[in-house]
Amino acid sequence: MQSLNKGIVMKDRIAGLLAALVCALALGGCVTINIYFPAAAAEKAADKIIDEVWQIKKDADAASGDKPAAAR
Amino acid sequence: MRATVWLRGVLVALMLGVAGAALAQANLEINTPAIAGLQASMQARHTQLAGLYASGAIGLTRDGNIALRDANAVPLAQRQQANSLVAAENQDRTALYREIARANGKPEWEGEIRATFAQRWIEKSQPGWYYQNPSGSWVRK
Repeated sequence: MQSLNKGIVMKDRIAGLLAALVCALALGGCVTINIYFPAAAAEKAADKIIDEVWQIKKDADAASGDKPAAAR
Repeated sequence: MRATVWLRGVLVALMLGVAGAALAQANLEINTPAIAGLQASMQARHTQLAGLYASGAIGLTRDGNIALRDANAVPLAQRQQANSLVAAENQDRTALYREIARANGKPEWEGEIRATFAQRWIEKSQPGWYYQNPSGSWVRK
């Protein structure tokens, strides 16, 4: 009787471990792409540096703020 | 009993997942003294390079560098200076790509960072400037 109980507990343990492993692999898979190379972050960093080096001004604010006032 | 074991399993998985997610960065680190120095050096050089871009004497290469593509667009007396400017700029660019990779603890990313920059330099360049298309021929933007 006792050995039968032990067998069931062991089975539960293994099932739990397997569940943990599957979940970890699934979650890890989502993250791996990011760890490999963060293309979007690299693009953002590149844009920031290029704007500085070439002195490209963010005139979107100035244009939207000035033009309507000048037109009126 | 069974439910407890399952719960424990899910909890362990969540913890592992969160630890993994924390490693993935939303932004690249670019605020280091080395990167700032290279940026300043390139910014200062750009006042001399701007005219060469506009005349088509130099162009943006597909590999994230610049090159003297039409030496005849530069007066003979200034050709040597143009060559030195191109060489210095490419040295800074290579150092910049390497430093960004290093600042993020991933030296192996240098090539991909260079490729990203190559695209963005061309994307942000001004109309009239020359760049190399993927097959290597010069195109006027």
